[in-house]
Amino acid sequence: MDFILEPWPWYVGGPLITLIMFFLYYFGKKFGISSNLESICAMGGAGKLHEFFAFDWKKNSWNLMFIVGTVIGGFIAFKFMTPDQAILLNPETVTDLADIGFQNAGAQYLPEELFGLDALLSLKGGAILVIAGILVGFGARYAGGCTSGHAITGLSNLELPSLIAVIGFFIGGLIMTWLILPLLF
Amino acid sequence: MKNIRFIILGILFGIILSKAEVISWYRIYEMFKFQSFHMYGIIGSAVVLGIILFSFFKKGTIKNYLGDKIEIEPKKKGFYRTIIGGIIFGLGWGLIGACPGPMFILLGRGVLSILIVIFGGLLGVLLYHIIKHKLPH
Repeated sequence: MDFILEPWPWYVGGPLITLIMFFLYYFGKKFGISSNLESICAMGGAGKLHEFFAFDWKKNSWNLMFIVGTVIGGFIAFKFMTPDQAILLNPETVTDLADIGFQNAGAQYLPEELFGLDALLSLKGGAILVIAGILVGFGARYAGGCTSGHAITGLSNLELPSLIAVIGFFIGGLIMTWLILPLLF
Repeated sequence: MKNIRFIILGILFGIILSKAEVISWYRIYEMFKFQSFHMYGIIGSAVVLGIILFSFFKKGTIKNYLGDKIEIEPKKKGFYRTIIGGIIFGLGWGLIGACPGPMFILLGRGVLSILIVIFGGLLGVLLYHIIKHKLPH
């Protein structure tokens, strides 16, 4: 039982993700999370704004149920399966983060500096949250998929577009982490 | 309620990404800093096993629950859409440390701020479809 409560290593997490992908295909579906954002827009009446969203989102209800499940799963893991909320980081990472203004790196899953109430209620913090969301949503649909659709499914299927997209994910992530984040904090 | 199986798979997926700490902003940060093998191990092992799994789908060794061959829909082609879209996505991923799956999982932890990120994500999707005819694909 102790193993369940400890952080799971990569060689447990990675294969289990593939197992989830297997079951989605076994049940006649696919593995792709970001298309749910389109379904939610359609559900919310975005069909009035743009014809693209006039599709019948109910045909994607299986995928919406999947993300409802992820919310429940996140709650269960948080409440009952993670007695220690610390993330064990490389000391170098902790020092690097302290240098750019992130205190107590790894004390919890998320940094207060980005997700805390103070950040949420400040103009800069709120703007960062909205802009990050816009970049993720816009980029995922422009590229035709996110980490699940491109990095996992697409690469598993040896798709060239997915390889290009994943290279793009890394270019963007490296620019943000190395160049922009230090300027923001 | 045929969809109950997808809720269960979603619950398991939420638990897996939580316990493997994929939903932690720090794990994404350290990945882009090349300071830990963790995320590379997760994505790498998932893809290697995925390649093996998909080869069984293609050969027809593994069929779906109805006994039919499993088809994998090819991705949309286009250099500009994948590279530019990918970079934009990466900028957001590097900033907030959460891609769409983890956003919803973090919501389950009661992280209020993530609602703003999800709201931004929906805005981004809307914006893309409104201006997509002006973008190179």
